[in-house]
Amino acid sequence: MTYFLQQLINGLQLGFVYALIALGYTMVYGIVRLINFAHGDVFMVGAYLGFFALASWGLPFPLAIVVAMVGCAALGVFIERVAYKPLRNAPRISALITAMGVSLFIENFTNLNFVFGPTPRAFPRPFAVRTFGLGGVEITNVQLIVFGVAILLMVGLSLFVGRTRTGRAMRAVSQDRDTARLMGINVDTVISITFGIGSALAGAGGVLYGIAYPQIQPMMGIMPGLKAFVAAVLGGIGIIPGAMLGSLIMGVVETFTSAYVSSTLRDAVAFGILILVLLVRPTGLLGKSHSDKV
Amino acid sequence: MRTDGARRRPEPGTIAVIVAVGGFVLLQALMWLGVLNPYWQQVLNLAGITLISALGLNLIYGYTGQFSLGHAAFYGVGAYASALLTRSLGPGAGTLLLGIVAGAALAALVAFLIGLPILRLRSDYLAIATLGFGIIMKVLLDNSDAVIPMMGGSSGMSGIARLTTFPWVFAFGLAAVLVMRNLVFSSVGRALVSVREDELAAEAVGIDTTRYKTLGFVIGCGYAGVAGALYAHLYAYLNPFSFDFLKSIDVLLVVVLGGLGSISGTLVAAIAWTFLLEGLRVALPASVQDWRMVIYPLVMIVFMLFRPGGIFARTEFGFLKPRARRGKE
Repeated sequence: MTYFLQQLINGLQLGFVYALIALGYTMVYGIVRLINFAHGDVFMVGAYLGFFALASWGLPFPLAIVVAMVGCAALGVFIERVAYKPLRNAPRISALITAMGVSLFIENFTNLNFVFGPTPRAFPRPFAVRTFGLGGVEITNVQLIVFGVAILLMVGLSLFVGRTRTGRAMRAVSQDRDTARLMGINVDTVISITFGIGSALAGAGGVLYGIAYPQIQPMMGIMPGLKAFVAAVLGGIGIIPGAMLGSLIMGVVETFTSAYVSSTLRDAVAFGILILVLLVRPTGLLGKSHSDKV
Repeated sequence: MRTDGARRRPEPGTIAVIVAVGGFVLLQALMWLGVLNPYWQQVLNLAGITLISALGLNLIYGYTGQFSLGHAAFYGVGAYASALLTRSLGPGAGTLLLGIVAGAALAALVAFLIGLPILRLRSDYLAIATLGFGIIMKVLLDNSDAVIPMMGGSSGMSGIARLTTFPWVFAFGLAAVLVMRNLVFSSVGRALVSVREDELAAEAVGIDTTRYKTLGFVIGCGYAGVAGALYAHLYAYLNPFSFDFLKSIDVLLVVVLGGLGSISGTLVAAIAWTFLLEGLRVALPASVQDWRMVIYPLVMIVFMLFRPGGIFARTEFGFLKPRARRGKE
């Protein structure tokens, strides 16, 4: 039982990191119907920005998160403007292929020696790791920080989307872009803001990933990115609470697979869930189903 | 399509076969004379194998409109199945042929079993499901040694006989092009294209869309199986790493560059792309080799932004077109 609870905590730690990535996927998909494959790489850039902020510039930890968030937001908006905006009315698959191209470009460009380089780097811990006992179960201050920051950002996002004018505009654009435009909403700006916010969350996720699993390298975004996407589909793509729920489930299932079955099979289980969800309930756990219209 | 002037020419397919055989004799002569060294022979074989695999993906995505990101998984199935067969039965031309057939059949069978449920999904959902399947397949190959020790798991499978030679690749490449040409211009091909253009409308005029989607997917994956079998016996070593997600994107890139729904496009792009990548490897100094992998996605993005139809944009070389008939089109 103690082992079970311990693994549950480890799973939630992974799940919260996935959640921060999955939110960006789901928001972007909700608004432009695009699987932004480059999102996992934005997460990677966030981890590196956090690394430089802590190791090279000696900034305090909260400021490192802010640096990563701002940098990633700028990167996300830039990618959207340059690569996706011209394809907004093209077939969806063209945009998808472009997204894969952007993803490969970021990975291979940052892999060059004069950028980040292919050698993995150790992520600095800005504080000593402390462990608290809780009825036999151990929880570290790193895990508490991951939980805290992630929950804080998610609450902030919910308030932003639910309570502000911009948030309302985002919801309007995701329901019906053309009608939203007729209501006087600047759709291009809203899309850019969505990319910016989603990328900022991924950037924060990158820094949290860095302190939780302290080794970073340019290809580190591929798998977490894909799994966060699976989590977004699991929860119901386009639905913000769905992405959070799906991510926590994914993180826990993956950790349990490693703990109880085999760590080599955990990717297969993650993507097995994806295929199962798509077949049984393609709209996800929290989604509403609708059929094709002519 | 223009019909004037086309009547007096001989059957375009005949010219194609003559040109192809001529090309084969020329290339074979160059190899005998030592003008084409073993390295470039290998590249030529690889181009042919890429062509076969890409033709399969073009059938699935370019003609039938079903976006698959798991093509390399079927390529891997064909490779491992044929390698197991030739290692068990002993090397030889007969077992290689049997291995290719078995590789294609197994890839097609797996495609059928996977395709039946997942082809119900549309566009990007299908993409992500096939991607997931590809990753699952790689994990299974990584752990394959637990079931069949000969497959070697993540350390790779060695001891495969080096049986693939240029005549083999050429014969299968030529057959692949001709079969594809006859398929896409047949009534079945028309049905596949109608599924791509508008599934709902196709269904309304009585086309069993599920059946044709599955058919296109199974044949396309069978092509991947043939390519995989040839690949296995070209390099004599298999590693699950060669059949991952990136490999699927490689093939997709060839199809997209050449033009979706164009056999000529895939033909040109498969050969040109393979030679370009290898050529850059030889031409560029070691210090900038890494840039190849940076240029590669940029080409992909630039094409999608400025020429989404690819080089050929659904047109074909004359010899790959059906004979023009009067009164039609």
